[in-house]
Amino acid sequence: MYALVTTLSAWMIPAMIAFIPLYAAYRKVPVYETFVEGAKDGFGTAVGLIPHLVGMITAISMFRASGAMDLMLAAVKPLFERLGVPSEVVPLGLLRPITGAGSLAYTTDLIKTYGPDSMIGRIASTIQGSTDTTLYVLTVYFGAVGIRRTRYALKVGLFSDLVGFVAAIAVCMIVFG
Amino acid sequence: MVNLIWLGMIVLSFIAAAATGRMDELTKAAFDGAQTGVTVCFGLISVLVFWMGLMRIAEDAGLLGKLAALLGPAVRRLFPDVPKDHPAIGYIMSNMSANLLGLGNAATPMGIKAMQELQKLNPDPKTATPAMCTLLAINTSSITLVPTTLIAIRMNFGSANPAEIVGTTIAATAIATGAALLADRWYRSRALRPPHRSDPPAGLPRTTRAGRSRRPAEEPLPPAAGGSGRPPHAEGG
Repeated sequence: MYALVTTLSAWMIPAMIAFIPLYAAYRKVPVYETFVEGAKDGFGTAVGLIPHLVGMITAISMFRASGAMDLMLAAVKPLFERLGVPSEVVPLGLLRPITGAGSLAYTTDLIKTYGPDSMIGRIASTIQGSTDTTLYVLTVYFGAVGIRRTRYALKVGLFSDLVGFVAAIAVCMIVFG
Repeated sequence: MVNLIWLGMIVLSFIAAAATGRMDELTKAAFDGAQTGVTVCFGLISVLVFWMGLMRIAEDAGLLGKLAALLGPAVRRLFPDVPKDHPAIGYIMSNMSANLLGLGNAATPMGIKAMQELQKLNPDPKTATPAMCTLLAINTSSITLVPTTLIAIRMNFGSANPAEIVGTTIAATAIATGAALLADRWYRSRALRPPHRSDPPAGLPRTTRAGRSRRPAEEPLPPAAGGSGRPPHAEGG
């Protein structure tokens, strides 16, 4: 299963890059001109995202550097310890929704310190793999089309992060425990 | 809510930095963060330019419409207010498959294209439609079959069985995605219901405060009150 999916992943992109223009040429689409035409939009979209990402990443960076995040974590750690959850993984629950690079770095550090096959290493890997960076996804996807009122989207994203975090811990403690 | 979280992070940072005497670090973090934001966008340029070019070929060749027609029925149930065979469904499908296979750098451009297509169906371009919120819910919970990065890291640190977390990850991600979709459904049905009489009518201080949008704020979206499932401005294709 794992081998199948990784092979599929490795083949997928080259296959698409070859197949899409080939099929389009068969349908008499001027492939190169069409590519350039569509690609132009990509530049504008990426540049248009700069203000959104600068705003969000600045706030996140400040939040981490100021020690505000450590204070919040110190407040919730005892609760997790009482539930028998290794408190080392708690920061991930807070990091994961706000910064992808930050939580990946933290996960790597946990795996390095406690070993990939420890309970902490397994839980951290599962948390990191099972959800995406909600704030980043929201900023990029809505920023790209200029949505200002995001309605309930952020609540749904954060709720699913919380559920994913709890589920990752629970599943790991059942499967490996 | 984004406004609240953003302001909250900045204000809490200021207070925490003041209490722990890290003002210099805070200043540095602010500008480092801004620089990271630009760097991330620059990294996105190549990916977006390439994929949007390729996807335009796919769209012009009619491939996305085919994809939507072929695999659409399940996805259409998640997006009842997107017209059948609309290119948005094709992009949503591509986005979901890329996520599933862990092709992160292909998933984002396709998700953005899907958003841009959904935006064409949007009667109010500043406000997210229910379909956009559903797409976001799917992407924030990220349905991935094989977390390739994680497996590589575990291998790197000498795991006896680097892929043993695949099962637990799929289980956790399925639960998270299920929760996201349920919550999305719940909010969506609430958004479609007519407003309660007790809600303050548009124009009271609470709504004028926004001041940015010229239209009466806080107005519920018109789409799909009933079974037809098509927003009024959506037709044409």
